[in-house]
Amino acid sequence: MSQDEFVRQMPISNGASSLRASMWQRLHIDPALLLLLLILTAVGLMVLYSASGQSLATVKRQAVFFAIAYSAMFFVAQINVDMMRRWSPFVYVVGLALLVAVLIAGTGAKGAQRWLQIGGFRFQPAEIMKLIMPLATAWFLADRVLPPRLKDVALSLAIALIPAVLIFKQPDLGTAILVSAAGLFCLFFAGLSWRYIAAVGGLFATAVPIMWFFVMHEYQKRRVLTLFDPESDRLGAGWNIIQSMTAIGSGGVEGKGYLQGSQSALNFLPESHTDFIIAVLAEEFGLLGVVGLLFLYLLILVRGLVIGMSAQSTFARLVAGAISMTFFVYIVVNMGMVSGILPVVGVPLPLVSQGGTSLVTLMMGFGILMAISTEQRRLSH
Amino acid sequence: MWQQERRYIKDPTAEAVLYQGRAVFAIALIVIVFLVIFSRYVYLQIFQYQRFKTESDNNRVHVQSLAPKRGLIYDRKGRLLAENISSQSLVLVRERVPDLDETLSRLQLLLAIDDDDIEDFRRRLKRQRPFEEVPLLFDLSEHQIAKVAVNIHTLPGVELQAQLVRYYPYGELFGHVIGYVGRINEREQKTLDLDNYAATYSIGKLGVEKYYESQLHGTVGYQNVETDVRGRILRVLDQTDPTPGKDLYLHLDVDMQRAGYEALAGRRGSVVAMNVKNGGLHAVVSSPSYDGNLFVNGISSKDYAALRDSRDLPLFNRSLQGQYPPASTVKPLIGMAGLHYGTVTPSTTVPDPGWYQLPNDTRFYRDWKRQGHAARISLADAVIESCDVYFYDLAYKLGIDKIHSFMDSFGFGRPTGVDLTSERGGLMPSREWKKRTQNLPWFPGETLNIGIGQGYMLATPMQLAAATVALANKGQWIQPRALNKLGDRELLPIRRDTYDVAPAHWDLIHSAMLDVTQGARGTARAAARGLSYDMSGKTGTAQVVGIAQGEEYDSESLALRKRDHALFVGYAPSQNPQIAVAVVIENAEHSSEAVKVARAVMDAFFLDENGEFKGVSQ
Repeated sequence: MSQDEFVRQMPISNGASSLRASMWQRLHIDPALLLLLLILTAVGLMVLYSASGQSLATVKRQAVFFAIAYSAMFFVAQINVDMMRRWSPFVYVVGLALLVAVLIAGTGAKGAQRWLQIGGFRFQPAEIMKLIMPLATAWFLADRVLPPRLKDVALSLAIALIPAVLIFKQPDLGTAILVSAAGLFCLFFAGLSWRYIAAVGGLFATAVPIMWFFVMHEYQKRRVLTLFDPESDRLGAGWNIIQSMTAIGSGGVEGKGYLQGSQSALNFLPESHTDFIIAVLAEEFGLLGVVGLLFLYLLILVRGLVIGMSAQSTFARLVAGAISMTFFVYIVVNMGMVSGILPVVGVPLPLVSQGGTSLVTLMMGFGILMAISTEQRRLSH
Repeated sequence: MWQQERRYIKDPTAEAVLYQGRAVFAIALIVIVFLVIFSRYVYLQIFQYQRFKTESDNNRVHVQSLAPKRGLIYDRKGRLLAENISSQSLVLVRERVPDLDETLSRLQLLLAIDDDDIEDFRRRLKRQRPFEEVPLLFDLSEHQIAKVAVNIHTLPGVELQAQLVRYYPYGELFGHVIGYVGRINEREQKTLDLDNYAATYSIGKLGVEKYYESQLHGTVGYQNVETDVRGRILRVLDQTDPTPGKDLYLHLDVDMQRAGYEALAGRRGSVVAMNVKNGGLHAVVSSPSYDGNLFVNGISSKDYAALRDSRDLPLFNRSLQGQYPPASTVKPLIGMAGLHYGTVTPSTTVPDPGWYQLPNDTRFYRDWKRQGHAARISLADAVIESCDVYFYDLAYKLGIDKIHSFMDSFGFGRPTGVDLTSERGGLMPSREWKKRTQNLPWFPGETLNIGIGQGYMLATPMQLAAATVALANKGQWIQPRALNKLGDRELLPIRRDTYDVAPAHWDLIHSAMLDVTQGARGTARAAARGLSYDMSGKTGTAQVVGIAQGEEYDSESLALRKRDHALFVGYAPSQNPQIAVAVVIENAEHSSEAVKVARAVMDAFFLDENGEFKGVSQ
């Protein structure tokens, strides 16, 4: 069996009628992915209702964000994948310029400078970079001979890390991690040699102390320190972690029941409707709820990677893989930090945490996946 | 560089295979990492479940102590003498306050709190249970409440709390006898049942409030409450109600107390009015007095200094702590002792030249009346006219041992055991006492002074009233008591028989005491004129300074505070005694002043609103 045949034989939905398939194709929708996303959206809104102290207004506002995000996804899905490829270097340069602009003229709060105001419109360029990054790195690598050679690896790293450093300077560690992850996973899917991966691992190990002493801000260091000993600062920086661990642990296997989570209802859990929302889910639905959510996420991730497998071009494959793995990093960093095994870096739980901006970029990412998925389907007929 | 790369041809198939391999690896990575996350949640939710469940409940549920309502205090006609009124306190919950020192200094600036109050607060903080409110400031003014309310959102852990605080509607009228409650101090904290007082901030300090503290306080209650992160109570999960303290129904009578207090008119002195039938205290006045309300929320140091430094000693409870020479008020009892022991008979007469001399002694013992009362004087007349010479003679003949024994049975020389605080026992001297304290034998001349209630002898107004009740009761002594009913339980009087004296002797003394107010030569005749009921009694004037031998007593030349104390003991109505009164007015010089006060108190008991005698009914 040739590689081409192998690719073509990757089934999406076995025995689906060509009529139905063509309808989804015309709409540029991947039905399996859409179904999973809708289930996740429903779960997210339900948990948010409890986490926000049963505020219907909050849920309604989030539903509006979802509507916008789904529309954005639908819109992006209509864009021709090749056109994305051709435009991505220009968009990347614009994105980079915006990031520099943020550092010079950005606005924000709490010592961070993340927003850019143009006219009456206010947005976070770093968010857009999450979307641009996989496209730009994939654009660069798609034209190279793969697996990439050292020179190409170095250039891709530059593409991935320059914006990441700019974002880190804002400072926004969470987004910097997500943006660089998108670029790095692109490299990984392009066949980055395992030797390089091992070398990067070693580099990372040596970089940590340098970061600690020369790069990291005081508040970032504190976050890391309290990770290892939250009790050392019970009422200060450790408070969040202790309260979220208490929320999770007290949920037990079966949970306290929907709307019965005392930790968030009584406001012991900070950020309960944003970054720490998984604690609410874990408290109210227990370990079973956590497993269910992980399973849902796993299905979405596998679906994304499989879309990459059946993608028609290297560019599309790399983009699909990188977007999927960025989504994975979201999940790991969030669930890890809330449960106290990773430092608190301000990454939301995708599609569950409240918040409009990251929701829209996430869904636009899924829009790209759908564009890839339906493009491949079109060619296969 | 670019040339070199272009030598290689891109192989899309190989790249697709490469991707597939990497994707499979990625899925494996995802599964492994998800398993790591899963195991972390397993660890938290299964292995650490108990710990976090407990911590979550601790977050959520707090035990709060509920202060019992302090029992009320009523007078014998049901008028409130001590009640509980609502007041706002400023409380802090330590666990909710991010920076205690900063919060305290802010509050101190905002509300002008004394350093002393801050110190008290830190002391209270030490015995705080987790998440319990600790009061910082009591009885906030409207102005202070407004200031706190405006700033409360910037002061986490600080709250206003409504509390019941003690209030004494009659203020200084009952100052000494009711006493007051005050904040629990360090010494009290060491001996208290801290569990029962967990929600209580004040405790009886003096008087009835202290004596009946355990009955008034009640038993603490508890509630489990669900609180949010700022400590606000969201709901009460379950509750054990506190048991309120018992209400006290006293024998005290606002009208009689006021009559006595007003009759003293600010002079230093004491009035004790007692019920002859049951020993109930209808009036216990010590003047000057103080307002117990000042102490409830902590007296200011300025107010306290004013009370402490006053020359008139307003904090001194003269009814129980004031030990005065009983002077001539002891004469009826000394006479009774003479009759009882057969030392004298009703017809025994003694010559009275105005002085008395012991055999083989050149010292003159003077009568208060320089020329003497009569050539020879009998016991009855000696009581009526308060002849000293007769009682010098009688005391000498009785001897100190018999006098001590007889007077002791009427309660002289030991505390009455009244249900009030800081009572003193006075002094009824004896040979044994003198040997013990001074290591000297008893001299006969000292007995003479005891015969007229002077010398070493000292008695409190409370003892005088109790002895007068015993006298009116023909020998039955009753323990004085402020409390009549505890809740709905009536208390029985504690009685003790004194000497079994022949009824004829009682009659003689009683009739002589009636003549003190009604006889032509009675010492209280003028002051008792116009009484609409019969009052029996005995006057007394107690020397404050010793008069040297041969020196003339001249009241004009004596400084005001060296003048004689005026005393009167009496009971009424004479035929069926109901009320006994003892009055001491310091430096009032004339015993008639004391008679007038006693009369005012009796009038308050016996007369109706039109000033008519109501008759005797209990």
